[in-house]
Amino acid sequence: MPETSAIVLEPTNNFLSFVQSHTGENITSCYQCGKCSAGCPTAYAMDITPRQVMRGIQLGLKDEILDSSAIWLCVSCQTCSLRCPREIDIAKIMESLRLFSQAEGRPPAQREIAVFYSAFLQQVRLFGRLHEIGLAITYNVLSMHFFNNIKRLPALLTRGKLKLVPQRTKGSSEVRQIEARVKELERKSS
Amino acid sequence: MSRIGVFVCHCGTNIGGVVNVPEVVEAARHMPLVAYADANKYTCSEVGQASIRDAIREQRLDRVVIASCSPRMHENTFRRTVAAAGLNPYLLEISNIREHCSWVHSDSKDATAKAIDLVRMAVAKVARHESLLPKQVGLTKRALIIGGGITGIQAALDIASAGHEVVLVEKEPSIGGRMSQLDKTFPTLDCSACILTPKMVDVAQHPNITLLTYSEVKEVRGFVGNFEVDILKKAKMVDYVKCTGCGTCWQACPERIPSEFDMGLGSRPAIYIPFAQAVPNKPVIDIANCRYEKYLKWKETEEGPEPPQCRICEGVCPTEAIDRSQKDEIITEKFGAVVVTTGFKTFDHSVYGEYGGGRYPDVISSLELERLMSAAGPTGGEVLRPSDGSHPKNVVFIQCVGSRDDKVGRPYCSKVCCMYTAKHAIMLREHDHEVQCYVFYIDVRAGGKDFEEFARRAQDETGALYLRGRVSQIYQEGKNLKVLGEDSLIGRPVEIEADLVVLATGMEPSDNADLIAQKLNISYNTYNFLIEAHPKLRPVETQTDGIFVAGTCVGPRDIPDCVAHGGAAAAKVVALLSQDSLTTDPLTSIVDPMKCVGCFACKEVCPFNAIDEQVTRDKRTIASINESLCKGCGLCVVACRPGAVNLRGFTSQQLLSEVLTLVRG
Amino acid sequence: MHATAAEYDVSTRLVCQKLGVELRELEDWVCCGASAAHSTDHLLSLALPAHTLKQAEEKGLPLAVPCAMCFSRLKFTLHELENKDTLALVSGAVGKELSTAVTVKPMLQVLADEDIPLPIAKPLSGLKVACYYGCLLVRPPEVVGFDDAENPQTMDHLIERLGAEAIDWGLKTSCCGAGVAFARLDVVLKLSHRILSLAQKSGADCVAVACPMCHANLDMYQKDMTVKLGWKTELPVLYFTQLMGLSLGFSPKELLLDKHITNPLPMLREKKLT
Repeated sequence: MPETSAIVLEPTNNFLSFVQSHTGENITSCYQCGKCSAGCPTAYAMDITPRQVMRGIQLGLKDEILDSSAIWLCVSCQTCSLRCPREIDIAKIMESLRLFSQAEGRPPAQREIAVFYSAFLQQVRLFGRLHEIGLAITYNVLSMHFFNNIKRLPALLTRGKLKLVPQRTKGSSEVRQIEARVKELERKSS
Repeated sequence: MSRIGVFVCHCGTNIGGVVNVPEVVEAARHMPLVAYADANKYTCSEVGQASIRDAIREQRLDRVVIASCSPRMHENTFRRTVAAAGLNPYLLEISNIREHCSWVHSDSKDATAKAIDLVRMAVAKVARHESLLPKQVGLTKRALIIGGGITGIQAALDIASAGHEVVLVEKEPSIGGRMSQLDKTFPTLDCSACILTPKMVDVAQHPNITLLTYSEVKEVRGFVGNFEVDILKKAKMVDYVKCTGCGTCWQACPERIPSEFDMGLGSRPAIYIPFAQAVPNKPVIDIANCRYEKYLKWKETEEGPEPPQCRICEGVCPTEAIDRSQKDEIITEKFGAVVVTTGFKTFDHSVYGEYGGGRYPDVISSLELERLMSAAGPTGGEVLRPSDGSHPKNVVFIQCVGSRDDKVGRPYCSKVCCMYTAKHAIMLREHDHEVQCYVFYIDVRAGGKDFEEFARRAQDETGALYLRGRVSQIYQEGKNLKVLGEDSLIGRPVEIEADLVVLATGMEPSDNADLIAQKLNISYNTYNFLIEAHPKLRPVETQTDGIFVAGTCVGPRDIPDCVAHGGAAAAKVVALLSQDSLTTDPLTSIVDPMKCVGCFACKEVCPFNAIDEQVTRDKRTIASINESLCKGCGLCVVACRPGAVNLRGFTSQQLLSEVLTLVRG
Repeated sequence: MHATAAEYDVSTRLVCQKLGVELRELEDWVCCGASAAHSTDHLLSLALPAHTLKQAEEKGLPLAVPCAMCFSRLKFTLHELENKDTLALVSGAVGKELSTAVTVKPMLQVLADEDIPLPIAKPLSGLKVACYYGCLLVRPPEVVGFDDAENPQTMDHLIERLGAEAIDWGLKTSCCGAGVAFARLDVVLKLSHRILSLAQKSGADCVAVACPMCHANLDMYQKDMTVKLGWKTELPVLYFTQLMGLSLGFSPKELLLDKHITNPLPMLREKKLT
């Protein structure tokens, strides 16, 4: 955590209440045993472990949490939630933290992962389904890693594992309609 | 005409801070039949009580209302107060204006109005009170102890030494309980068997103690001082008068069954004593596993292949003590008091799929490790891995398995695991200096005399590495086990390759603790731990008079606490049995024989089995109340359709007059 | 399914045909949005699967889902739709009246049904298989309601019925790194390498999977593992439907067994299964 001074604790912890009310999870009940982080496949690569994310919320350290790489490195495998002895759905909280971080327009600490997600959704928007080459191209352009995965192309193409032309389903227009309605509903509710 | 005195208590500011006490007193003065009313700062104080006694004498009061705290608090105190002034103690009514009024209301005006109503109701009720007299019943000066672990042993010895007869019932073939399975005990590291065995022998030799091993309590009837208990004595198939405990039979028996005592890590024959220092040191035949008994069973139907006839034990026994004619037998005994000391079992860790769900042989429970460390255990005290019999060098301990875990329905702390794991770490190093122990803990709970020092010793002297974090997963990788944890102090995941993983499994009550509780009419919590009458002030009593509880069947505790608990229960039993008769509370139900139609709806609902059948002179079968059993709960009153049952001290007439007073204003 | 995971698509269709399980592909299924949607927009992550659920409901057919991630998102959506307010909200987003009256099962569960007889033509004797379920097929148990979350057995039992040996191993449900392959290949390499190493150490000849994502991560990057993590051998990764197909008598070519990046054919030849 980047702080250089002591953490100043306030009597009201708005961040804790906000996260708890939006997730319906009782984060206060976390007793910091660390079983979540012990079983988390990506914890080793995170700046802070999932346990520390829970502790950060308990202390109201909003910036440290929403700017952490941990929330982006979570792959939603649900191992933490499955095994938590306090029955806290940690994966659900991590997911919500990603949403909160984006809603505040914070630059994601794992930019590439966030870029991948948006490239992915763009494919779905365009074709209703995933088009692998399209996804790769979009991701490479957006992430500015232009040659990412390029060496895999020949192997995949010779095995017929990639289709150059996307399948476009009727679904694609429906996805765009759904997304428009989602945006509208979310605008109304906020 | 009654002369009722009303005494309103300020209870400091507890009542006086909300309720306008002088206003209540003034209102009381004008209530019907009230001859005197006054207030006290603290009515329960000696000064307060004296003022009541004086007023009764001076004002010639014949009934008293005290408006104060809940009757659960001081009713008995105030009954003695009015009795000291010459009144029958039941001509008193407590009006609860604290818990039911001042503590739950903040508006002074409303609270005062409510207090006045409550006092008015109490005045109306007490006007209809009658003098009641307690009765005396005799008692049997014998105690029953259910469970022969260290707690039951201690209670039995203490009661017996006070001169009362004791029957100790144990379901296993030997007394000794869980403590007999332990190798060493914390924090002094005395050998468990060395300190327990003399006590077991004392039990066997005490002239006042009758030991019934291989026996279970089947049914309990009666009430404090007069219990009648059916005890099942399972057939041992061995005549204990003839048997000398020479051991020839159990050495000759060809059958091998996983030993319960060794947690399945060793085996035992079908005719067996569970362990070498067993008391009594005489064997039983395990009918389900005995070859000849299986043959006899087969003979009844002759279905399937014919099993071999064995009878080797009969052949080798030098005293012809094997007696296959024995049958299960139920005996009925009388007792004045019962102590329940049914103990605990360890949590079954197979529900933890992430720790292998019981399928990795080298992931063992702490009690299994005790057996491996014990010189009398299956490996002769050498700690060997169950999988390949090798000496483990890297040993990981995981705390709180089946404790502090809502996921497996065990949110409580088992209290002893931190300490016994420290002991294991110390002992393992003593067994083998090359062993490295790792202990995953959440908190080290070492409250107790010399406990913290002991827990430190594991880290300071034996180099056990304590890691703060709960392990998420164990999996087999080749011959060893991979343990995934987090060191939460540094905030990074850690991996350890272990030869042996020991799970510090928590405590839970023995099987059937709930069924025993039901037989005794005492309560138990969601985990089947028995519930004491008061967690602080009545720790060994229960809500049923004459039934006491002690040891780990009440909640997790260690050996010193169990011994103290067993002794405490014994002291309560001795106090009870030292009386020549017992006084019963007169606030019981009564049946009007003219109104009773003999439907026995009351009997259906009575939780205390206090309703008997009685034939009247005109040959009608009607209900009658056993006043020794009746607790005055009033369920029968509600169930009685003809209105024949009434509860003394709370008669329908008394309650109705309260209600009428309230509604008429 | 039609591209990267063509092997899964083709083998599933062949096996279903053989077993008499009639499959009808929903014409307009749309992507569930995967972790991309639920990491960026909660309502969208429910609306996309809900659209697909609605189609299945209209057809009146149970939904057999080959992909573990899709299965998870569909089940999760069904679970969330139990809440009346959520149901109304998502219905608004999809533009159709939704219900929860749809049965959703993973393809594995459909095909492992012991009531469906397996006309085995060639038992896979001598083949040791590490069944890999991944995270999302069995988690969270209260949502997916399928098999044991820590030590699932469905695929193991199926593989044993094919005549092969399902080995017991400890990382059946550990995460392969899922969708972060593009952005953090290092993470996927590390996690998938751990899974493959243990499978191999536990004596497996191959890994069987039930999810295109798991397959991609375990199959595609073994060469990278050699360079970055010193992974010495190759361990073929097959769809469980390919193993079924093999035992039901289809040829490796029909099952597209030659399409994997890590070639399973030498191993299968050695085991005399081709």
